[in-house]
Amino acid sequence: MQFELKHVGIIREQKHILQDINLTIANGDYITVTGPSGSGKSTLVKALASLIDPDEGVLSYNGQDIMTLNPIEYRREVSYCVQQPILFGETVRDNFAFPYQIRKQAFDTAKVEAYLEQVQLDAHYLDQPIASLSGGERQRVALLRNVLFEPRVLLLDEVTTGLDTVNKTIIHNLIEQFNREQKITIVQITHDAEEIAMANRLLKVVDGRISDESGVI
Amino acid sequence: MKVGLSKMGIAVNNQSLFYAALLVVIALYIAWHEKLGLDKDMIIAVIRAVIQLVIVGYVLRYIIHLDQLWITLIMAMFIIFNASYNAMKRSALKSFKIPLAAIAIGTSITLSGLVLAGAIKLVPFQIIPITGMIASNAMIAVGLCFKTMDQAFKDQRQQVIEKLTLGADLKDATLPIIRLSIKTAMQPTIDGAKTVGIVSLPGMMSGLIFAGVDPVRAIKYQIMVTFMLLSTASIASFIAAYLGYREYFNARKQLKI
Repeated sequence: MQFELKHVGIIREQKHILQDINLTIANGDYITVTGPSGSGKSTLVKALASLIDPDEGVLSYNGQDIMTLNPIEYRREVSYCVQQPILFGETVRDNFAFPYQIRKQAFDTAKVEAYLEQVQLDAHYLDQPIASLSGGERQRVALLRNVLFEPRVLLLDEVTTGLDTVNKTIIHNLIEQFNREQKITIVQITHDAEEIAMANRLLKVVDGRISDESGVI
Repeated sequence: MKVGLSKMGIAVNNQSLFYAALLVVIALYIAWHEKLGLDKDMIIAVIRAVIQLVIVGYVLRYIIHLDQLWITLIMAMFIIFNASYNAMKRSALKSFKIPLAAIAIGTSITLSGLVLAGAIKLVPFQIIPITGMIASNAMIAVGLCFKTMDQAFKDQRQQVIEKLTLGADLKDATLPIIRLSIKTAMQPTIDGAKTVGIVSLPGMMSGLIFAGVDPVRAIKYQIMVTFMLLSTASIASFIAAYLGYREYFNARKQLKI
């Protein structure tokens, strides 16, 4: 199993945000997470992203307790993309330059342009000021920024909420492609029926607990 | 320099101080009349200022009279400790060791540079006032650095998190905040250097002119002060920013705020 959560709980201000979460996620799974607002979905995904640690139970990744893993190396394998992401710097290029910069690698223009093409953005977008991008374009750039170095897991927090059909379709195609062709595990928080249908598992989180899990659809 | 101050027309005695104190009454009247609620604060501030200055006057007279290097250095350390404590109070971090390292290193490097360059001598009446000026400037720079950093972490929290999720190390995720903090901390010193002589006649230069020193000679000291303040502000804010940003993360490289 890629992820194994045993009795995981997260407590804030003496209140359980997540409680007794037991879950396994296999390599290449495509899981959608749904549930009411404030139910703990985002907290669950943030714990998987190593942005917060469990206060109770054990969260393992590839058989190892997440607390024993190097968080930087882990986050390069398990990438997390949010709704309404913040783009860095001045231009689109700055955003793709960042993943190269932190790995001390030279910027690979050909690779970045190929990725841009996958989300229907021309090469000239590289030098576009980020302020001139539409919401959908911003989301596409942010998502590419996350997958440029091919993570093993992609955690998505309502990344298509508020986008029009065209942008949604482009992002859906990209996510499906990553999952099918590159076997990247997807864990996606969503309320979108189309996205729920794309996944092979559906988790429902209510009051900090997994209230329902549907298997292969 | 050992010319009697009264011969230079400087004659502050207890009686003239008493009359000058009446000026405080004007300030108190305004505070009372406008219901500013500052009366108590103002009285405490005035009493504190008088007591602190009287004590420091006697202490300095004693230290200068003794002319012992180790006592001079203890006094310099006392100034640095106080400056660090005050810089800590202005920070949300509540760390004493970081401002202490920043102010102590910034002050020591600048002070050593001045002594090695022959600009000042290792004597108490030169070392102590210069340490006070340097440490005070470092304290303001470090305080400003922490304040900026704290605000920037709040404003740019989401961006820092997104950089972490891309696998960035703490420094890479925080670099714009580190740079902004150092830049903001140094800005008042740079602005001060730009306007020195045309807007302000700062303490060192004014004091010397007041004591009857030729203004052309006095400006040489002020130029030295300008250089040393720039050096201290940059060293202290650099150290404070690079030690300070780590305090916002836990051992698992997660944001604490």
